[in-house]
This record gives sequence, structure tokens and C-alpha cells, in this order.
Amino acid sequence: MGSRFGGIFWSLLFLAVPVLGVATFAVAPAYDIWLPKDVSEHGGAIDGLFLFILALTGVVFIATEMLLFWFLWKYDAAKATGRATYIHGSHTLEVVWTIIPAATLLFLAIYQMNTWADVKMRRPAMAPTVEVVARQFEWRLRYPGRDGMLGTTDDLFLTNDLHLPVDEDVLIQLKSMDVLHSFFLPNLRIKQDAVPGMKIPVWFKAKETGQFDIVCAELCGWGHYKMKGRVTIESREDFDRWLEKTYAAQEATQPVPEDVAVSPE
Amino acid sequence: MSIASTVSPGTAATLPPARKPRPVSEFLSTYVFSKDHKVIGLQFLFSTLLWFLIGGLLALAVRWQVAWPWSDVPVLGKLFAQEGGQMSPEFYTMLFTMHATVMIFLVIIPILAGAFGNFLIPLMIGADDMAFPTLNMLSYWFMWPAFLAFGASFFVEGGAASGGWTSYPPLSTNTASSPGSGMGQTLWLLGLTMVGVSSMLGSVNYMTTIILMRAPGMTMFRLPMTIWGMFITAVLQAFALPVLTAAGFMQLSDRMLGTGFFSPEGNIVNNAIAGAGGGQPLLWQHLFWFYSHPAVYIMILPAMGMVSDILTTFARKPLFGYRPMVYSIAGIAGLGFIVWGHHMFMSGMNPALGITFMVSTMMIALPSAVKTFNWLGTVWGGRIQFTTAMLFALSFVSMFIIGGLSGIFMAATPVDIFIHDTYFIVAHFHYVLFAGTAMGVWAAIYFWFPKMFGRTMNEFWGKAHFFLTFIFLNGTFFTMHILGAVGFPRRLADAYHYETFHHLQPLNAFMTWCAIGMVATQVIFAANFFWSMFFGPVAGRNPWNSNTLEWTAPSPPGHGNFDFQPVVHRGPYEYSVPGVEKDHLMQTDPPNAAAAAAAALAH
Repeated sequence: MGSRFGGIFWSLLFLAVPVLGVATFAVAPAYDIWLPKDVSEHGGAIDGLFLFILALTGVVFIATEMLLFWFLWKYDAAKATGRATYIHGSHTLEVVWTIIPAATLLFLAIYQMNTWADVKMRRPAMAPTVEVVARQFEWRLRYPGRDGMLGTTDDLFLTNDLHLPVDEDVLIQLKSMDVLHSFFLPNLRIKQDAVPGMKIPVWFKAKETGQFDIVCAELCGWGHYKMKGRVTIESREDFDRWLEKTYAAQEATQPVPEDVAVSPE
Repeated sequence: MSIASTVSPGTAATLPPARKPRPVSEFLSTYVFSKDHKVIGLQFLFSTLLWFLIGGLLALAVRWQVAWPWSDVPVLGKLFAQEGGQMSPEFYTMLFTMHATVMIFLVIIPILAGAFGNFLIPLMIGADDMAFPTLNMLSYWFMWPAFLAFGASFFVEGGAASGGWTSYPPLSTNTASSPGSGMGQTLWLLGLTMVGVSSMLGSVNYMTTIILMRAPGMTMFRLPMTIWGMFITAVLQAFALPVLTAAGFMQLSDRMLGTGFFSPEGNIVNNAIAGAGGGQPLLWQHLFWFYSHPAVYIMILPAMGMVSDILTTFARKPLFGYRPMVYSIAGIAGLGFIVWGHHMFMSGMNPALGITFMVSTMMIALPSAVKTFNWLGTVWGGRIQFTTAMLFALSFVSMFIIGGLSGIFMAATPVDIFIHDTYFIVAHFHYVLFAGTAMGVWAAIYFWFPKMFGRTMNEFWGKAHFFLTFIFLNGTFFTMHILGAVGFPRRLADAYHYETFHHLQPLNAFMTWCAIGMVATQVIFAANFFWSMFFGPVAGRNPWNSNTLEWTAPSPPGHGNFDFQPVVHRGPYEYSVPGVEKDHLMQTDPPNAAAAAAAALAH
């Protein structure tokens, strides 16, 4: 490659980085390769923060990559005449590009805090709606029975088929029997590791009905990929009807084994 | 003593040894159990490049399964002869565990500190060797038990470790929980410990050498950025490694002696009560990341340093903001010790602690930003020579911008709820470690190859290697961002049976084709490397007209490095000094050279 042509070619290659980078993000939603549908009350805030950071970092990305391209284009040794500028830096510039990013980053951190607190710290004062116990490679569910209390003999046991009421706060008590797992509900913008020996509360309010995936997001062994569950969000009436029906079915088959029913939480 | 001899000028003047017939034992002590830092550096280089190939092939096998789950694997399928050529899910978990393990512990860390640290530190500070040559030799030979442990683990019952490179207990401590948690995991822990011993020996040596053995006139603030990167890396290793070593022994003890540091009471794995209990799985995560987060910087700071030196050479311009560059490396290292919790936002750690770690993590983006702006400042107003080394160094800057910015998403705790453990993070760390560090390493190979072997690599094939690698790496890794935006989880042998992810197979197939192209491209590199070693054009002492001390030594330097005592008169980045005839002033050029040149011009 001739030296003159070389500089032009390589500069344009570096220009392709921001161009194709932005194009990828612009085209992806058209192919549905984007944030999946959100049906939770808090999810809008998370998606909003994602898009806000995307816009902010996008501007920095485009600006810095364009500068890099422009400098390569303009200061190509084969094109530019004379010598390089003899300069060791600029105190003013250093101060500017330290203080502005520092303030921006600090603002970003503070700006996140309220949403984080909503999702992970401001737990609603209520009894658990359901206990989810992860194990290799399934989600074991335990609903309080007719007495409304978890850990009593009339609890309802299910696997992988989580039902929850819409438009209500739900509180899940998350546990693990064996190794680490992670309770990931992509459409509800919920993720929480399940840790053996810990009881971790998870709460949210779904705002739409429908059926969605439960995914395990923490490596838990060879069957990690198939640790799949489904969550059904339904109206209070449907939820109560389902609960009653399932409860009757469990009573009809066999009583709950004693040791499981009274196992310590 | 080598320390005394370098500090007093004159006595260290070493002449190339006279040629005479050598017995076998001398051959062994010169080229195999050598105490010469350059030979040790090259030993590290060749070993790590070989493991780089293995790690790359493991990655291809991972990509194969992600793109076309349960289809017959070419070559590898026959090699492991499982289920008629398709891979089992436990084999897949082993593949990504060992891909990461090999790349991190046997490639990136030893290639930066072991290969380039060893080769460059004495040369760039003007010393005849390291402070402790025997320790230095041991640091290489302690890698071999690690190579053997990791290598052998592929062939033991149950296969190599498959608990992820992070080895989170109880999956990794409980032998019943996964096939790879048997012998494979024990060998993994032993290998890790040996890598730690090697790094520790190296780190002590680097710190001592850089502090005590600099040539006359080489003050700390005249050190090239490469040396600053290596120095701070050595400090990080010295302070962080003991924690990992201790944690590794605790995990070994959980596995072999029946202790329960990381397992809680009443844990039931595979329908059996497991272990003594009384421990906490999160304890391992804290200890592991207390090392492994600083290790992320161990894996990039030396590359940042080398890239700074290469950029200045081929921009023919002083480094923009030398001191801010040094301070920001130190800042990254300092802050690097208080951000480990950002790996644990979803772990069950107290969410209030998550807020603290979010703030410290956001702030560590600051020194990285300062470095990026200064690199741009360095290129601005330069006279850019598009050599292969320069292209790789420029791509380091361009790609590090992406890897740095995507880190902000994960630092933001609420956003991390969604993207944690998805391909978004896979994109992020591959942009830092592959598109960043590996590209920096290639820049360094093309740049210092003449000093290592006395010949230059072929530029045309170098540029072809750069161009294809650059295209394919972005095809492979940039698309991972949008995959992560869907929430596509990492480490799943097959995600397409989920409603959320079923439509992502074509994109994954595209990425795998790019990955295959990327690995295939390295054939060009390997051919160029070995051909140039023997047949490349002979390089003089200073083929790039660079300023630092290694370019004053012969190429390749003999034992003892310099054939004169280097005395340093200025910083390493005096390019295009006005009034000086040549466009660079080497660190050793006498102080009156500028005046003399100006006078000569006046005549």
C-alpha cells in the first residue's frame, strides 16, 4: 500500500468504528434485538437509565472516535508538512477533562440510587407471596396454603410454574438448596442470585398479564441452560382460581411428606 | 552484585562475550535454565503464545455450540468422541471455564508481565539484568507446574474444571455438583497457586529492579510509560495476590480436608447432605474479586504503557500529559482495590454496600478517561506513520474507548440488574482484554520484534493481519452488546428454547463466523513471526528512531545488554524538538546535542 493511500485507508477504517457502531444500535431494534418487553412497574426506570447512559456514552463514543479519525486524517505524515507540534501537555485541558467527567460520573452514580433503592432496598411490608427454592436444575415453588403462612403443613408445592397476580406488590423469598443460581425474569427486569444459606427477598409489581420466561443467570452446573421456568402474570381472580384449583389437585393426590413440609426455612 | 555494578557508572560496561565452543551444560544454562532476563522473556513469550492458540481454539468450540447447539463439532468432536461428535452440556461448561482460565492466567497476565516485563524492564531502565536473576528464572519455571496442572486436567475423570473461571462455591467445592468439580477442579486450584507463585516472584523482582537499578540520570519521572505500567502492575500483584492464594488454599481445604469455609449448613447437593457447613459462599466471592478486580488492571496497565510509547514514536510527538498519565495509572491502581464489589451487585450482598461500590466504580472510569484524552492529545498535531505497530496501538485506543464506556452500564447498579451475567458483560471484557490488551500486545510484538530477534517483521503481512483481526474482532464482539440488550445470558449451552432468546440464533451464527475468521487470521501472524525471525530484514539498533534506552543497545542485545554505560539526560518523549536536526532526541543523547545541532545548522 502506497504511503499516501495508506493513511487515507487507515483513517477511514477508524472512521468506520463510530459509523458502524451507531448503525448497529440503530438497526438492532428493527430486528427485535433489543430490550425485551417490560411488564414491571419499576422496569421503565431501569430501561430509562439504560437509554440515558447509552445516549451519554454514545455522545462521548462518537466524539472521541471522530476526533481520533480526524487527527489520523489530518496529521498523516505523508500529507502534513513540517514537523509535529512540540508540546508536552496542557494544564488547562487536564483540569477540564478531569473535572467534567468527574462531575458527570458522580452525577450518574447519584442519579441511579433511587431506582436501585426501589428495587433492592425498599422492601414492601408484607408476608411472602411465594417462596422460590432453586436447585439443580429447577425452580421449586412453595405457596402458603389456606392459612396464608409459609412453612406450615398445608403449603402448596410446585415446580417451574410460577403464577403471580397483576397490579399488586408481590414478595418472593428466594433460597437455594445446593449451589448458586440466579433468578432472572427478563421481562420484569428482575435478577437476584439465590445463595444457599441465605433467604433473599425479591419484590416487584407486574403491570401486565401474560406468560414470560424464568432464566437461571448464574452458572449452576451442566444443566444450567435448561433450568427454565415460566411465570404467569394474571388477574387477582384468575390467580385465586388457579391457586384453589392447584391446591385441590395436590390434596387429591397425596399429602405432603412430613419432612419436607416442616423443613426449616 | 549486579545492583552495585549498575549504580556506579563505568564498571557495568559489558562487552559481547567472545565466541568459543560451548558444552551442553552451558547451552542449558544459557537457553533453557537461563538467568538472562531476555531469554526468560522470550521463554514466556513463546509459552504464552502457544497457550493463546489453545485458548483461541477453546473459544471457537464455545462459539460453535452457541451458534449451532448440539450439532456435530468439526475436528474437536472426533477428538473427544462424545455422543457421535456433538458436545455434551458438561463439556460446554468445561470449555468456557478453561477458555477464560487459559486466556487470563496462562496468556494475558504472563505475556504482559512475564514476557514484556522481563524483556523490557532492564533494557528500558538501562540495567544489565534484573535484580534477582535466579528468582526470575524460577518465576518462569513455576509456570510449568501450572501448565501441566491445567493441561493434565483435560484428561482426568470428569474433565477439566467446569465451575466458571471464577470457581464460585459450592459448585466448585462440592464434587457431586458437577463432573468438572472432581479432580479437574483440584488441578485448577493447584495450577492457579503456581501461577500466583510465578507472578509473585516476578513482581518482587520488577519492583526491586525498577527502584534500585535505573541507569544514572534515569529519575522516576524520566521512566517510559511502559515501565510505569509494569511497576504499578507489580505493586498491584504484590498486594492482591496473597488474598487469592489464601482463598485458593481455603477452597482446596474445603474440597480435600472437609472444612466448610464456603459451604453453609445443611446444603443438599444431588440429594445428599453436603460438607461440614458453617461457611458462606459469598466469602469466596469477596476474596476472589479482591484479587481479581485488581487483576483486571494487571491485565491492562502494562498494555496501556506500551501503547503510550508506541503512539509517541509513530506520532513523532512528545506524550501529551506525561505526569497526568502516571498519576492516572496510580489512580487506577489505588481505586482498583475498592471496587471489587461491583462484581457482586446481584450476589445477595447488602444492597446498601452496592451503592458504595457503584460510586467507587464510577470514579475509576475517571483516570481511564484522562488517559484516553491524553492519547488523543498525543496523536493531535503529530506526524503519523501508519506502521503495523502503530495501527495496533491506535486500535487499542479506539477499542478501549468502547470497553471503557460499556463499563459504565454495569457500574450503574439498576441497569446491572438487567445486564448482569448477559452478553453485555461478555462484550465489555472482551473489548478491554482482547480488543484492548491483545491488540496492545500485538503492537508491542511488532514494535519490539527487531530488538528481540534483530530483524523486523514484514509490514505488508503485518497490516493484513491487523486489518482482518480488526474487522473480525468487531464483528464478533460489538454484536455482543445488542445481544446483551436482549438479556441473552452467558454460559448457556443452548438458550434458544427460551421465548425471549429464540430469535437470536442467526446473529450468533454471524458472530461465530467472525470468530472463525479471527482465529484463521492468526495464521498470517504466525507465519510472519517465524519467517521474519530468520529471514526478515536485518534491523539496526534503532529501526523506528525511538528515544528510549533499549534502542541504544545492539539488536538483539548480548548478555549484559549494553555495550556502553547508558547515562540518561532527559525524558523519553523528546520528539520533534525545535532546533534539533534529527526529529528525536534519545534519552542518552548528550545535553549539548541540541545546541550543537543548532550551531551546525547556522554554519
